[in-house]
Amino acid sequence: MSKLIVVTRHGTKISLDGRPGLSIMEHIRSAGVDELLAICGGCCSCATCHVYLDTQGPACGRAMSTDETELLESSTHRRPNSRLSCQIPFSEELDGLTVTIAPEDQ
Amino acid sequence: MDHYDCLIVGSGHGGSQAAIALRQHKFSGTIGLLGDEKELPYERPPLSKEYLAGEKPFERILIGSPEVWRSRNVTLLPGHRVEAIGSDAHVVVCDDGASFSYTHLIWAGGGTPRTLDCAGRDLKGVYSIRTRADIDEIARALPAVRRITVVGGGYIGLEAAAVLTKLGKQVTVLEAMDRVLARVAGEALSRFLEAEHRAHGVQICLGACVESVQGKDGVVTGVRLSDGGMIDAEMVIVGIGIVPSIGPLIAAGAAGDNGVDVDEFCRTSLPDIFAIGDCARHPSRFADGAPIRLESVQNATDQAMVVAKVIAGRAEPYASVPWFWSNQYDIRLQTVGLSRGHDQAIVRGDRATRKFSIVYLRNGRVLALDCVNATKDYVEGRALVAGRLSPPVHQLADATVPLKLLASGTNPDAAPRRLSTSADMPPAQAC
Repeated sequence: MSKLIVVTRHGTKISLDGRPGLSIMEHIRSAGVDELLAICGGCCSCATCHVYLDTQGPACGRAMSTDETELLESSTHRRPNSRLSCQIPFSEELDGLTVTIAPEDQ
Repeated sequence: MDHYDCLIVGSGHGGSQAAIALRQHKFSGTIGLLGDEKELPYERPPLSKEYLAGEKPFERILIGSPEVWRSRNVTLLPGHRVEAIGSDAHVVVCDDGASFSYTHLIWAGGGTPRTLDCAGRDLKGVYSIRTRADIDEIARALPAVRRITVVGGGYIGLEAAAVLTKLGKQVTVLEAMDRVLARVAGEALSRFLEAEHRAHGVQICLGACVESVQGKDGVVTGVRLSDGGMIDAEMVIVGIGIVPSIGPLIAAGAAGDNGVDVDEFCRTSLPDIFAIGDCARHPSRFADGAPIRLESVQNATDQAMVVAKVIAGRAEPYASVPWFWSNQYDIRLQTVGLSRGHDQAIVRGDRATRKFSIVYLRNGRVLALDCVNATKDYVEGRALVAGRLSPPVHQLADATVPLKLLASGTNPDAAPRRLSTSADMPPAQAC
């Protein structure tokens, strides 16, 4: 079983079973990590599922859309490795990926 | 009688988020989350989009599995409808005879779909869109349906029309006003969306009032209009808004009528009873302090957090910038602020490119933006709305001028000014 590692804002590391086809956001939310709000439910209409990708881990296949880039611009916590987790479908190639939940925007 | 330190009535976005937020704010008492549906709490926006389209199974729109709710230490109480509140005794009584006592009550009752007020409204084949059960019934009936009439050109009706026409159905939208989205958006957006729907084969009838729903053997056959016209249909979907579910609160003496009145901390006029979400009429600084109801996930979620903080002893007034989204075909509409009461609407960008924004102003100050496939404007326009800024109109209208430059304060014309008060406002005009 492939794994996805999630690091919460408090630094807790959670290992989740990867479910191909579901987004990283859906993995985090269904694990009950409630600090990831994901208010729009995954349709790339807000920026409340912001995570940082571990740059040492596997590269995410799906490139960022303009919408995603622009929504991330709204975050004061944007970094080069920022992504909206609803926009990354999990796949076997992402086995071992670590994502860290970005701080909440006020 | 079971007691909950915090009893939440309504398990939609507001109720669910209130439970979650209470735990996030270290509320250690017992929490009961009561809802009239049998389902686990779920997201509603996909109902008229991906769930109706069959693109997302129900499991993917849940707000947590049973295990997750257990780990949140929240007791789910599905299948109960509150009929009465004893506000002195701090008790609620349900239609099935169950009763619960509470220390704090959070009313997140939402609303029920407004129904047609005419003959034939109860015929088989007439549906609303509010719950999972509504969509499941529609989905079961769809294979035998070719023509669908949607009554109401609001967001729900238009989203449903987009999905159903993509599923190959012949869809007619009936709107009583002279344009779709008349209550929530400016004319430029209405006309653009009408044209988009028509280009996808949807028939849009404006100024169309329903006289009756016609049927045969108890099954819908069409809709008769007040001008005598007849639209044949095997299915009718009614999307004409909601009636806020506040009956037991009002009966218990809470102030309100179209929505239960709450203050900036979401407190009703009854002791220890809060209200949030679609049914809560709250003073909004984005409506010049006027009491309004907002039917949106943003409002439900943010008010839930306000209440959780109040109960956790860290009260902060509700002040979130309203935002909203709608997806129809490949159109991504994102709204920030509230356009009601605007006296000027500026189109930014070329509608023909299907990427543009509308900036709504009142007295020269930015109230809201509707952004069509224009996420950058949506993101950057938020500061204009939050600060009620007054950038020069010619710059707002120039899509090559980034809104963030107008919001940065470096532009002398865009410097923040004091918030408007209703006293210096001219009467509202349509755009």
